[in-house]
Amino acid sequence: MNFKTDRAKVLGLGSAKSGAEHWFGERLKSVALIPLTIIFVLIIAPLIGSDHASVVASFENPLISISSVLFFLVTFKHLEEGLQVVIEDYVHSKGSLLFLIIFNKLFCWTVGLAGVFAILKITFAG
Amino acid sequence: MSKRVKGNRPLSPHLTIYRPQMSSISSILVRISGVSLALGFILVTSWLLAASTSVEYFNCMNGILTSWIGMIIMTGSVWALCYHSLGGIRHLIWDMGFGFDLKSADRMGWIVILGSFVLTFVVMCYSGAFS
Repeated sequence: MNFKTDRAKVLGLGSAKSGAEHWFGERLKSVALIPLTIIFVLIIAPLIGSDHASVVASFENPLISISSVLFFLVTFKHLEEGLQVVIEDYVHSKGSLLFLIIFNKLFCWTVGLAGVFAILKITFAG
Repeated sequence: MSKRVKGNRPLSPHLTIYRPQMSSISSILVRISGVSLALGFILVTSWLLAASTSVEYFNCMNGILTSWIGMIIMTGSVWALCYHSLGGIRHLIWDMGFGFDLKSADRMGWIVILGSFVLTFVVMCYSGAFS
């Protein structure tokens, strides 16, 4: 004899566990990227094509350095989550799905941290 | 899809059946521009890494980005960034529950498309690419 109510039998079995937080985090990063992207484009657009000395001189300003690091941190995570959604939507074979999700994480973390490393090295070592 | 629903069953109309609509096309372009921005992200990161390594590497990477093919890729990346940002803001507005009626959705679609080209032009002028 089963004394469990119908509700108790299904409680916690659904898909909705930590989805809301993940969804909210994605939106939070998108909103944060609006000002961060504007600032980063204002910083980087005139520097591409200029000389090495002016790039180093720009990153001597801590505000420029910090906002660029912030841009890279939020962007690589946003890129990782975005690409993962695309992969999950279009790749249906389980093997390639797993491979691509892991490869995507590896790729985004590498590029993101390489960018942060580069900014910090320009800032501190010139 | 589980095995038992496979077979000769009728499917709901697919993407290829529908006439392209402003909302569907402008929405899928957010995705396409977002995925292609991975390339722009790699290029800007390589450029920063080169700047952090040495003057020679920096000049080499700078030369690649300002060559004609580099300029095409960078201009495309700027457009993708502008489009993805404006389209992303539109999706955030939708997430907040506004702008679902056809007229607003259509109008926002045109703002995103035309705005992305205007913004690209502004950024390219600001970057000094035309001077």
